[in-house]
Amino acid sequence: MSEARAIKTKIKKEKEQVYRKPLIKRRKPNRSVAGDFFLYLFLILVAVVMVFPIVYAVSSALKPLDELFKFPPTVFPQHPTLDNFSDLFVTMGKSWVTFSRYLFNTVFITAVGTAGHLIIASMGAFVLAKYEFPGNQVFFKIVTVAMMFTGYVTQIPNYLILNKLGWIDTYWAIIIPAFASPMGLFLMKQFMEGLPTSLIEAAKIDGANEWRVFSGIVMPNVKPAWMTLIIFSVQALWNNRASTFIYSEERKTLVFAMQQIQGGGIARTGQGAAVLVVLMAVPIVIFIFSESQILETMASSGLKD
Amino acid sequence: MKEYLNKLITLRKHNAQVAWKKAKTRKMCYAFLAPYFILFTMFYVFPVVASIYYSFTYYNILESPRFIGLRNYISLILQDDIFLVGVKNTFMIAVITGPLGYIMSFLFAWLINELPRWVRSVAVIVFYAPSIAGNCYVIFSVFFRGDAYGYVNAFLMNLGIIDAPILWLINPTYMLPICMLVILWMSLGTGFLSFVAGLQGVDKSQFEAGYMDGVKNRWQELWFITLPNMKPMLMFGAVMSITQAFGVCDVTMALCGYPSTDYAARTIVTHLYDYGFDRFEMGYACAIATILFLIMILCNKAIQSLLRRVGT
Repeated sequence: MSEARAIKTKIKKEKEQVYRKPLIKRRKPNRSVAGDFFLYLFLILVAVVMVFPIVYAVSSALKPLDELFKFPPTVFPQHPTLDNFSDLFVTMGKSWVTFSRYLFNTVFITAVGTAGHLIIASMGAFVLAKYEFPGNQVFFKIVTVAMMFTGYVTQIPNYLILNKLGWIDTYWAIIIPAFASPMGLFLMKQFMEGLPTSLIEAAKIDGANEWRVFSGIVMPNVKPAWMTLIIFSVQALWNNRASTFIYSEERKTLVFAMQQIQGGGIARTGQGAAVLVVLMAVPIVIFIFSESQILETMASSGLKD
Repeated sequence: MKEYLNKLITLRKHNAQVAWKKAKTRKMCYAFLAPYFILFTMFYVFPVVASIYYSFTYYNILESPRFIGLRNYISLILQDDIFLVGVKNTFMIAVITGPLGYIMSFLFAWLINELPRWVRSVAVIVFYAPSIAGNCYVIFSVFFRGDAYGYVNAFLMNLGIIDAPILWLINPTYMLPICMLVILWMSLGTGFLSFVAGLQGVDKSQFEAGYMDGVKNRWQELWFITLPNMKPMLMFGAVMSITQAFGVCDVTMALCGYPSTDYAARTIVTHLYDYGFDRFEMGYACAIATILFLIMILCNKAIQSLLRRVGT
């Protein structure tokens, strides 16, 4: 019995040795050691600079009040607390519009906007990538041009249109335009072009209609692109100030609440930092968990002409 | 000539008929595209057209638009000094942060490309985080606070470089450089991701062929092998950074205030907001929007034709 086990582990070890890659890759022949050293030193320095403000924001959210104003300032809190976060709900719980309401508004706008964008943009991207029909290429060209100017250019006519539709001062004023973001369609289409056409043809021969092909075969195969669309959409909507389209206090977003709190002066420094952390944590956490999928999608993001 | 025209017309007719027949067999394609098409036209295409139309009118929402020809543009360029300040600031920011941010994106993507896998993924998060952290840049207003308790001031005073605190965000001399610093901090965005992903996809055998053919150092390798392979991503990254560079307004508004001292941090978009949503002179604001639109599109076209020559 034990003999058999020994053989098994031996085989396992051998297998591992075959498959294990060398830990340190052989250096490329045309690299100088000094160059490597200085470039990576430079890289580390820049990385520290990049990450410092974020670390500082997180640490000030965790500092109790007396440490916030300590001089010289400390980078890391000595007695970390979550008081600032609970204060958000306590102090702003008594105000007319509670903090949880702002949070709900932002979560609602982000969730609905992202879901709609994902469905609508994928449907469009699917036919643009996999079928040929008159107007196909022209439309895609226009979408690429739309990526070349910022949303600020269209703000005023957008306001007038939304006003005509009666959507000003509702969530829809933010949500519906977000459905049509050109970036999502572009990335999705580029990624779907990489799918083998034979996959779709095989499904058609089996008698699936277009909707079945789309929902049953194409969508599950482009999951990496889903994550990419989600991160870009969440990032845009979560940080949306929306103050030009929404003016009722009870429908305003978290970013607006943050500005309100920071306007509250020096006594609100800790709470301001806490909201800031809430605001930046969500996109960063989503990104951390979906990084490899996003990079997979971005590999096909190139603009060809 | 007439014959030629007739032929052309019949050809066009024929083509249209063929297209129409094709379109009929592809009804389902249009059905799939329809929701996106309608929304996209409504919120992206139509607004651009409407904005061009309104730019030739006087429109204040209460009265119906009144056609006034080019008067908006004339007063923008000849009379509106603040607009010209805005244009100057926007160009300053765009010319400095645009190319610099773009080069930084590529440089860091390229440097981290050769790191081991897990170090690389941590590095991507570190470099990309500032641009998705949304409003995290407001933390810079703490660093650059104007009194002696602002960290930068305190630091410089302790070192003895300055003897009185500097009003970083109120003094017009320092506003733009600080805004540029913050924008650069946030500039490793979508283009950076695209570069990281693109560099992973470059065919390894080309590098080996390069060693054989005598590519001596990493810089030659970059110019002769990596860059030509990355052209589509370079184009995409350029579009992203130009769009970002000309659309600056959030950072300047959050750090330097709105309006800022002496309008020293005013950009085109800030001016657009001022006229569009504070003074409700929609026609005038649309003229600003149209100018911004033209600047962005022209700049994109110019940069793209420049990038086509990379590595050749």
